[in-house]
Amino acid sequence: MTAHAHDSHDDHHGLGHILPVKLLAGVLAALLFLTVLTVITGSTYLYGFDLGIAMVIATVKATLVCVIFMHLKWDKGFHAFAFLGSVLFVGVFLAYTLTDTKQYQGDVRSFGDDVSLNSPFAQPLPDPHPSTHDHEDENAEH
Amino acid sequence: MTTASADAPGHDDDHGHGHDHPKHLAHHFDTLEQQFGSSKLGMWAFLLTEVLFFSGLFVAYATLRANNSEVFSYASSFLDTKWGAINTVVLLISSFTAAMSVRNAQLGETSKLKRNLIITLICAGGFMGIKYVEYSHKWHAGLLPPGLENSMFNPETPWIPEAGHHDTDYLNLQRDTMDMAPAERVHFMTTLGRFFGVYFFLTGLHGVHVLIGMGVISWLILRTSRGEFGPDNFTAVDLVALYWHLVDLVWIFLFPLLYLIA
Repeated sequence: MTAHAHDSHDDHHGLGHILPVKLLAGVLAALLFLTVLTVITGSTYLYGFDLGIAMVIATVKATLVCVIFMHLKWDKGFHAFAFLGSVLFVGVFLAYTLTDTKQYQGDVRSFGDDVSLNSPFAQPLPDPHPSTHDHEDENAEH
Repeated sequence: MTTASADAPGHDDDHGHGHDHPKHLAHHFDTLEQQFGSSKLGMWAFLLTEVLFFSGLFVAYATLRANNSEVFSYASSFLDTKWGAINTVVLLISSFTAAMSVRNAQLGETSKLKRNLIITLICAGGFMGIKYVEYSHKWHAGLLPPGLENSMFNPETPWIPEAGHHDTDYLNLQRDTMDMAPAERVHFMTTLGRFFGVYFFLTGLHGVHVLIGMGVISWLILRTSRGEFGPDNFTAVDLVALYWHLVDLVWIFLFPLLYLIA
C-alpha cells in the first residue's frame, strides 16, 4: 500500500516543468523592453523597413512567449511541431493570397474607377451639420 | 447478475482507494502523465486552430494593406498609440502572472495562485476598459465599418457630424481629401472604411477572446478558493494559461500592425 502510494507519487514528477520566478520575470522584462523598442522604431522613419523591423520585434516577442511562458522548450516536441505547422500554413495562405492580389490589382483599380463617380465621396466632404447644441448662436445668426 | 452488480460498487471503491489510483486520475487513463499529455495535446490542437482562425483576418489585413499602404499609414493616425502601448503592457503583465499561476499551482501555493489569477483577471478587465474608451471614441467620431449607418465611410449616405461635436477626425479628413481627384477620393474613403472594418473585426474577435478568458480565469479563481489545485491537479490552470498566452500572442502582432504603421 505504502509502496504503491509512493509509486504513484513518483509518477507526478513528470507532469510538468516548473519554471523559476527569475526566468519568468526576465522574460517579462525582455517583453516590456521590446514593446518600448517597437514604439520607438514605429514612430521613427526607417527608410521603408518600418514594417519589417516591427514584425521582427513582434516575432521575437511571440517566440519568447511560446518558448518560455507556454513551456514549449520543456514540452513534448510534437506540440511545437504542430504549432509551427499551423504557422507555416498561415505563411502559405498569406504568400499565395498576396501574390494573387498583386497580380490582379490593376483590373480591380480600373473597375473601381468606372463606378466611383456615383459615390458620394466623388464630391469633397461636406461641412459638418450646423450644431443643435448651442441654440443661442443660431438665434444670433437669425 | 446480482453478484456482479453488488460487486461493482465495491470494485469502484477498491479502484478509488485500494490501488495506487490517484484522486484526479479519470478511469479511462492509465497514468496521470497520460491524462495530462492528452489534455495538453487537445489544448495545443485547439490553439493551432485558433491561429488559423485569426489568420483569415490577418490575411485580409495584409491584402488590403499591400495594395493600399499609403491609406493604411494614414488610417493608423486615427488610432492612439498611447492606448495601444498601455494595453500591450497590461496584456504582457497578465501573461506573466498567468505563467506565475501555473508555477504556483504546480507547487501547491494556493494563496499565491489566487493572487496571481486575480491580477490576471484585473489586467484583462483593464484591457477591456481601455478598449471601451477607444471604441466609444470611434463610435462617436463615425470611424466605423462602412456598413454601419453612423459611419462616415458609409457608401450610401455617409454620416456627417454636428459642428463642434466629435468632429475633429472628420474635419481632418475633410481637409486632407479636399484637393484629391474624385476617383482618388472615392478610393481613399472606401479603403479607409475597409481599414476600420478590419480593425473592428480583428480587435473585436480578440476582445471576445479576452472576455472568454476572463470567464475561465474567474472559474479558476473559484476553484482555487475551493482548494482544488495542487501538484497533482493543475491541468486546468496550465491549459487556461496556454489559452491566455495565445490571446497575448495575437495582440503582440495586432499592436504594431494597427497602431504603428504610420
